[in-house]
Amino acid sequence: MRSGTMRPLALTGVAVLAAGVVLAGCGKADTGSGGSAASGELTLWTHNAGNKEELAVVNQIVADYNAQGKTKIKVQAFPQASYNDAVVAAATAKKLPCILDTDAPTVPAWAYAGYLAELNLPQDLVGKQLESTLGKYQDKLYSIGYYDAALAIFARKSVLQSAGARIPTVDKPWTADEFNQVLAKIKAAGKPQIAFDLGTGDTGTEWWTYAYSPFLQSFGGDLINRNDYKSADGVLNGDKAKAWAAWLQGLIKDGYAPKKSGTDAFADFVNGKSAMVWSGIWSTANMDKLGSDGVILPPPDFGAGPKIGGGSWQWAISSSCPSKDAALDYLKFSLDPKYLAQFAIKQNVVPATEEAAELTPGWKPGEPKRFFLDEAKKFALIRPPTPGYPYLTTTFAKAAQDIVSGGDANQILDRAAKDIDTNFKSNNYYQS
Amino acid sequence: MTTIAQTTAQPPAHSQTRNQSTGARTAGGYLVRILLALFFAFPLVFMFVSSLKPDQQIFKDLSSLKAFLPVGDISLDNYTGVFQTAPAARFLINSVLITGATVLLGLLVNSMAAFALSRMHWRGKTIVLAAIIATLVVPFETFALPLVWWVNKLPWLVVQDFVPLYSVGWLDTYRVQIIPFIANAFSIYLYYSYFQSIPKDLDEAARVDGAGWFRIYRSVIMPLAGPATATVAILTFLPAWNSYLWPLMVVQTENLRPVMVGISYFQQLNVLWGQIMAYSTLITIPVLAFFLVFQRAFVSSIASAGVKG
Amino acid sequence: MSVTTPGQTTKRTTTRAADAHAPTLKKTERREALAGALMVSPSVILLIVFFFIPVGLAFLLAFTNARLISPTISFTGLDNFTRLFEDPLFWRSLRNTLYFAVVVVPLQSGFALLLALLVNQRIRGTNFFRTLYFVPVVTSIVVVSILWKFMYQPDGLVNNLLQSVSFNLIQGTDWLNNPGAAMPAIMFMSIWQAVGFHMIIWLSGLQTIAPELYEAADIDGAGRWEKFRYVTWPGLRNTRTFILVTITIAALSLFAQINIMTNGGPLDATTTVVFQAVRIGYQQQQTAYASAISLVFFLLVLTVSLVQRYLTREKD
Repeated sequence: MRSGTMRPLALTGVAVLAAGVVLAGCGKADTGSGGSAASGELTLWTHNAGNKEELAVVNQIVADYNAQGKTKIKVQAFPQASYNDAVVAAATAKKLPCILDTDAPTVPAWAYAGYLAELNLPQDLVGKQLESTLGKYQDKLYSIGYYDAALAIFARKSVLQSAGARIPTVDKPWTADEFNQVLAKIKAAGKPQIAFDLGTGDTGTEWWTYAYSPFLQSFGGDLINRNDYKSADGVLNGDKAKAWAAWLQGLIKDGYAPKKSGTDAFADFVNGKSAMVWSGIWSTANMDKLGSDGVILPPPDFGAGPKIGGGSWQWAISSSCPSKDAALDYLKFSLDPKYLAQFAIKQNVVPATEEAAELTPGWKPGEPKRFFLDEAKKFALIRPPTPGYPYLTTTFAKAAQDIVSGGDANQILDRAAKDIDTNFKSNNYYQS
Repeated sequence: MTTIAQTTAQPPAHSQTRNQSTGARTAGGYLVRILLALFFAFPLVFMFVSSLKPDQQIFKDLSSLKAFLPVGDISLDNYTGVFQTAPAARFLINSVLITGATVLLGLLVNSMAAFALSRMHWRGKTIVLAAIIATLVVPFETFALPLVWWVNKLPWLVVQDFVPLYSVGWLDTYRVQIIPFIANAFSIYLYYSYFQSIPKDLDEAARVDGAGWFRIYRSVIMPLAGPATATVAILTFLPAWNSYLWPLMVVQTENLRPVMVGISYFQQLNVLWGQIMAYSTLITIPVLAFFLVFQRAFVSSIASAGVKG
Repeated sequence: MSVTTPGQTTKRTTTRAADAHAPTLKKTERREALAGALMVSPSVILLIVFFFIPVGLAFLLAFTNARLISPTISFTGLDNFTRLFEDPLFWRSLRNTLYFAVVVVPLQSGFALLLALLVNQRIRGTNFFRTLYFVPVVTSIVVVSILWKFMYQPDGLVNNLLQSVSFNLIQGTDWLNNPGAAMPAIMFMSIWQAVGFHMIIWLSGLQTIAPELYEAADIDGAGRWEKFRYVTWPGLRNTRTFILVTITIAALSLFAQINIMTNGGPLDATTTVVFQAVRIGYQQQQTAYASAISLVFFLLVLTVSLVQRYLTREKD
């Protein structure tokens, strides 16, 4: 009987203790995310928790700025995979930070919803930036990036040479025919297993739009008509788009690309499973393992010129920020070429300005990494800057996934275009 | 007069034939159990073994049985890396605190509710039970955002420098990760089902002895509910431990984050697979430990016979 | 062979009702009602504040045109619902969800019961086995998905096993990319992952069965099957109902595995209702439409659960 009463008593006791924990832990950390106005501190959110190098640069900039004795900035880092949800939740609770970085394609939606303040940066500063690092909506600037990313084909030189292929460059990319021939020859040789790994193992929506819509655009199609951003009819389901879909399905049917890549397509490439892989500048770190056999190539020209995606993480100021001038001051400070160079040095990204490129080893014309900057200048096309982008990207990604799965491509594209048109119309074309 | 017995179900062996057949059964039975154990536990082996390998090797070994063997370039590098990439220790402590509080407070609150629903008579009982079961039907993602908005409107009393202050908004605290999840329909329903199998005569006997309802709950019913408590404890520990979407939305300061949000630290553009494996191993250990402790404590100790009539 | 099963609730003695008119007992009843209300109030208050209110808000949104981040929001009545019922993707997800539930509920509950019976015996290492069978439930979904995605590949473990076990009769297929095979593949993986969870619940039910009953059955000369049928199975009545209701709800709410393994594909073969709702609400940011889906889902599943409870209610 004693153990009978003791245990519930103990349980109750521990539960009360637990309640104490709850109450005790409550007093702290209620600073409010705008930064307490009393101390004049501004909060800055960034997406790179877990990415030591990038976070270190941001912390350095903030430390240097704080040392100036003007407004103090406080950094709050979030992991990238969950950052967007955190920001949306904060917006719902009306607790956005003063300064935050955001993924480029979401900027028009945020601006449309009134969450971002226009950035009144001097033109001489803005004019130096890569076009794709600027986030504009209705001709106003809402965000600016320190760097950009770039897609590329990573290949094994030895395999290309045995296939008798020439090495394409930014000035002279492969044509669609050349590319097809290369694929056929590699497949005929039998080794490696996969001729061109598209990287379809990543189920993330944004990867599908970012990685595969450039091919669509290279064929001459697009996600939406960029003349007025009102309709996708004719661009997403026109002849050129259908040609793209046929090509994509053809890659898989002919056995050049796997329907579903491994969890980490680049790791498979390094392990010798594929001859070429479609990836981005962030993978260059792992290219060292291939030594001199590794080579980085631009995508082929399918008719409208080679295209790669554009626009990476960019910085903005929330409209609810109590001291927008201070925030703007910080942004100006951070756009110093030496900081932009740091981002490119510490991780694999494209520096946003020519000045920064000068300060970064390997990025001057003729040097190995310059390839990406040239690519970005010539081929980068940002994802459609419209507040309806979330709908665009999910619809396109699903369409692409269904096409890769072997569905009726024409039907899929027609359906996608129709859905987009319906959505845009029912939202009054996102005009405010 | 009535004996209740809540013991493990294997009766003592009586006869000779029983012994022999038990012997033969056990050998084959063991084989089945071991095969099943392999069937269920192999990912744990994979996870632990991969946590010792560098990233590239994990994928290379994936195409053979080597995925389950600690061969090749074995080291604890991933573990040291984990603590450099993310404040893993802090996350673990946070999760232990948050999950612990949620589970323990939940055991108390939910068992009381189940007791009232199954052993007592009061108006509106059926409706309340139906409403509680109805809450099982709504997936959390459905109302997560309205909850964020709502929770930010709730007041709280904060003691700062010995002065009680009225503050609004629960974002960025421990309590916002605990309090919304204490009341749990699953636990209530499980305790309810369990209590239904305990004879009501016990309550009568205790009331005849002059016990109040809370006393009956505390001293008669709960001691007999060991298996239910063990089950509820582990089954509420799990979702609390694994909670990802909610803390991600309401916790903005790094040092209040729980373990699951920590996993995304390793999923930056260059995914650190080895570290994910190491981190996952680290966060699985407390759960298994909790499971073992509660199973041992509550399940096998039910040997206590019940009320002597 | 008659065996009494004390696992059943006994009816309240009739003396109570007869005495109900005596003034002292009435006070007791009132005290009981008060005590009961008091004991249930913490959980009820918590549920009202943290569940019913936000869910109510969410369901209200179903009648508007709210988007995740939009400057305006207005009332649109039943528009979202008409749109939903005309959407072929919704019907597809509903079919997939029902398909999944109809297969998984009996298989998973049956398999869980089998496991529970296996680990309920006092043999050496039973705690060890119990823990191991529980491992899939506690392993991080990230790890589980990497492994299973790999195992389901055309040249992966599952196909290799099928081939060797069937002497090359069964070739297997590209599970996750084959519209016809993707759902069964997900079913198998789901059962594997969650069966330990329900094993624990069955276990707690098994522990309530008095060993005296088994002894009595032994004395009567009952074999294993008879013992199961006349002692164990009736004793598990309440657990049975609980498991049925909760497994059905869990099966109909299938989401996490789809999200991580197939993203609804291939060609919508694995889209489920909850997956649809989350995708539309969070990715496409059409909050109101997603709320409409959630509301419809809620009504459907609630109906199913209530019907189940009614069918398995205590026959007095």
